[in-house]
Amino acid sequence: MKRILSLLMVCLCCLPILAQQVDSLPEVEVTALRTDAGVIAPQELSGARLQGLAAHSVADALRYFSGVQIKDYGGVGGIKTVDLRSMGSQHTGVFYDGLQLGNAQNGQIDLGRYSLDNIESIRLYAGQKSSLLQPARDYASGASIYIRSLEPRFAEGSRVAGSAVVRTGSFGLINPSLRVDYRLTDSISLTASAEYTYANGRYKFRYRKMFSDGTLAWDTTATRRNGQIHALRAELGAYGHLRRGKWQAKAYFYDSSRGIPGAIVNNVWKNSQRQWDRNFFLQGSLELRPTGRYRFVASAKYAHDYMRYLNPDTTLLYIDNTFRQQEIYLTTTHLLSILPGWEASLAVDWQYNTLSSNMAAFLYPRRHTLQGALATSVSFGGFRGQASLLLTEAFDNFLTSPMAPEQGRSTRHVDRLSPAIFLSWRPSAPDGLEVHGFAKNIYRLPTFNDLYYTDIGNASLKPENLSQYDLGASWQLLPSTTCVTALQLTVDGYYNHVKDKIIAVPRGTGQYRWMMTNIGKVHIWGLEAAAEASLAPLSELNLHLRATYTLQDARDYSDPADNADAAGTYRGQIAYIPRHSFSINGDADWRAFSLNYSFIYVGERWDNSSNIPENYVQPWYTHDLSLTYRLPLRRHRASATLEINNLLNQQYEVIRNYPMPGRNFRLILRFDL
Amino acid sequence: MTRFLFLPLLLLLLASCRHDDIIYIPEDVPTGEPVLTSVRGFYMLNEGNMGTNKCTLDYYDFQTANYTRNIYAAANPNVPKELGDVGNDLKIYGSKLYAVINCSNKIEVMDARDARRVGQVDIPNCRSIVFHGGYAYVTSYAGPVEIRPDYSQLGYVAKIDTATLQIVDRCIVGYQPDGIALSGEDLYVANSGGYRVPNYENTLSRIPLSTFREAEKIPLTINLDNVVADSHGQVWVSARGDYYGVTPSLVCYDSRKRRVTATFSLPVSAMWLHEGTLFTIGKGEGANSFIAIDTATRTILNDNFIADGTGDEIKVPYALAVHPITGDIYVSDARTYLNPGYLHCYTSGGSRMWSVRTGDIPAHIAFRE
Repeated sequence: MKRILSLLMVCLCCLPILAQQVDSLPEVEVTALRTDAGVIAPQELSGARLQGLAAHSVADALRYFSGVQIKDYGGVGGIKTVDLRSMGSQHTGVFYDGLQLGNAQNGQIDLGRYSLDNIESIRLYAGQKSSLLQPARDYASGASIYIRSLEPRFAEGSRVAGSAVVRTGSFGLINPSLRVDYRLTDSISLTASAEYTYANGRYKFRYRKMFSDGTLAWDTTATRRNGQIHALRAELGAYGHLRRGKWQAKAYFYDSSRGIPGAIVNNVWKNSQRQWDRNFFLQGSLELRPTGRYRFVASAKYAHDYMRYLNPDTTLLYIDNTFRQQEIYLTTTHLLSILPGWEASLAVDWQYNTLSSNMAAFLYPRRHTLQGALATSVSFGGFRGQASLLLTEAFDNFLTSPMAPEQGRSTRHVDRLSPAIFLSWRPSAPDGLEVHGFAKNIYRLPTFNDLYYTDIGNASLKPENLSQYDLGASWQLLPSTTCVTALQLTVDGYYNHVKDKIIAVPRGTGQYRWMMTNIGKVHIWGLEAAAEASLAPLSELNLHLRATYTLQDARDYSDPADNADAAGTYRGQIAYIPRHSFSINGDADWRAFSLNYSFIYVGERWDNSSNIPENYVQPWYTHDLSLTYRLPLRRHRASATLEINNLLNQQYEVIRNYPMPGRNFRLILRFDL
Repeated sequence: MTRFLFLPLLLLLLASCRHDDIIYIPEDVPTGEPVLTSVRGFYMLNEGNMGTNKCTLDYYDFQTANYTRNIYAAANPNVPKELGDVGNDLKIYGSKLYAVINCSNKIEVMDARDARRVGQVDIPNCRSIVFHGGYAYVTSYAGPVEIRPDYSQLGYVAKIDTATLQIVDRCIVGYQPDGIALSGEDLYVANSGGYRVPNYENTLSRIPLSTFREAEKIPLTINLDNVVADSHGQVWVSARGDYYGVTPSLVCYDSRKRRVTATFSLPVSAMWLHEGTLFTIGKGEGANSFIAIDTATRTILNDNFIADGTGDEIKVPYALAVHPITGDIYVSDARTYLNPGYLHCYTSGGSRMWSVRTGDIPAHIAFRE
């Protein structure tokens, strides 16, 4: 393994020299999805379509993608994490402007924190983004979400652009944001944006139970409390074009204070826990094409995350813990065009993570992760393929004994190889049809919490192993009729297998003693379908419709002995994964008006792989409606939007005992310079 | 084309819609054979994992040999959110059944005949209960807060008049008191200090009933848990250890000689005293332990009272009870803490008679005369 490593390091240094001068190949368009986005096209929401959704955060928008389940604890400040294809949320990598958002502590990214305010597009890839000019870390997740922030855009002859938005509505929401773009020179532009969010987070919720004859047993309505949030986001960006490339730099700051509303249980209708977060990162990347055949990207990132959790409730355990994480990340990728239609790339990443806390018996873990990815792609005729191999080397060190720091630090090392292959084929007829598939094996490194958390961590954990197989087809039609202007259908069937899944199990004497172990095993069969159509039935009326459907059969194979009866977990559907879920979304544009309607359905679930009535969680479905009016201004653009979410006021839960908001409103006023 | 778009609408019709939430219907499971003695049955309190609100009550009827799961909601259909979150203790005193519901911060008081709710006593972070002379004594973690160099909070024992269900007095004890027992005219309270990791408590508080003030703190070992008082004036205290260097143990404290008279290196998650024999169950780092101790001689009578070898099938031994007349032994398995557990019944000779599925984390058994 050491030899492979040193080889990678040598390549990293030498590749630019090895590249030969040759005639330049045709420029690859950034907007050309098929080349830039990889062998298999992602699901994507962008631009006006994204902004038209009744969605506050990136997590809300992801509900309209097939295969996605959101764990949503409710409210403006509630945690929202994403699970794609039942693999577990920690298998989904989230990338912001090209570089991954890390959380070495627990591997979870709360996508409820990323508002759609400054977002250009969201793309979701199952497997990985199968392109070549990307960091090694982009090969290292079971699925990837790419969030791209808005790049500066200027009207002809203008040096300045900007926008101001104010959102207000239910939950005491006050959410102003401001953005200014400035063109410094012809090739360099700057952008600054800031957003502030306040919400008191209060909403009414109702629980009710009936007798089996339909008469009322009990009915109670209460107000959700302790869901208030203050959050400030500020971003600075610089974008530059060079003669043979481009660069960008970004600084991101997020500061928030929020209440944690907690579970609603008998005799406890409010909680008082609070959390403070401060996230800062600085990142930059440079992409160059010194010759026609050779391109490279180099990027760097520094991130500092602070989190404080306070439980001031003295009837419970008083906790006031702070956690600080730091990450340094360097990556470089080299892409060589060997022959027309044949490219190869090498990516090498180095990442360093630390975690510290004021917790007692803390192990102060640090981790160096070296990753190297070799990838090649070919394309001839209608055939495209990519194969990649990722090498991961992780070196951890941590305090040997939390009680006796003088005993020094222990080390831990894992290495893993992860292969992946992506194929797609466009037959000559019928036109617009594409058949695609992929197979991938990937590991999830245990997080710092899994390994080193006081008491429950288990330093002997192995990485979690995920195998993915996918076969699908998409069909893109550009009908000749004038009414339907575009139609696209996509269907994918897949099988995922998670083994050595990291789960907590009881240990030791009495009470609740947990320890992380590698005993979980899950088999997932799934089917996803998406249809998208653009229609122009009347002059000045444009319709866009989008529908997705997901079928998931995700079963727990961890404990073959636990198969006694219905209560057995063996072969039970895993927690919070519905068999059926789907969404429908329609946009209608007519003159100065836009109307958006969306419907989301998440089928029945269980909160545990023991699928008994006590663990049953009802399906939920919500209707959201929004109407936008664009003011007829001559030089600038302005609009007003009114949203009504959960139109039928359904009282539902995504997570048991975490009631979601009923009908709620939002008013958005927008002005573009 | 539009056919494709109607497909999801069709699916909506096929997919299940929401329906009213129906109160839990108890499930009757014929289990074992009738045992006709003066003991009519027993209640089982399932803790339910924290935050799930899945604390449930089961009942086994010795006359009909029926195990009935989840009876609380049917007996009390008008109580919002049912029994609550994390049941921590269960006892019958007089005609009433008392369930200590830890994370719902209450003692649920029910009629011992049918589990109908009589009332509740609000005690934050309540843990264990014991009775004497018309009063209930309940340990609670949530005593007064001290801001010394470190934040710390002592626990207390609440004295509840069982006639009025009012708290009449409080007695401050050590940090995070768990088990409580009455020996002679004194209450003994095991202070765990479980919130003070790694600086656990190591004392047993003695509270004379006459004054209801802590008379002394008796140092034993760290992280004390359960307390059982026998008829020889001895107080048996289990200790969890610290999961690092200090192993779990069982300590015998002689309240007359006022000293520790025996210590066993044993993991003990539950204890039950039956006719002078102290039964203990526990999960060690390796195997489970099912050990019976003679309280008169303080020696091990039986180092595996599950004689038929089925004890190893239990993942997490959690609840323990012995039938007061037949001597049948009941041991529960909490399994993963997240899924339903099991209750196993053994003859007094230690061979398994029956098993039945329970709620999540079956933990506390109370026999009903």
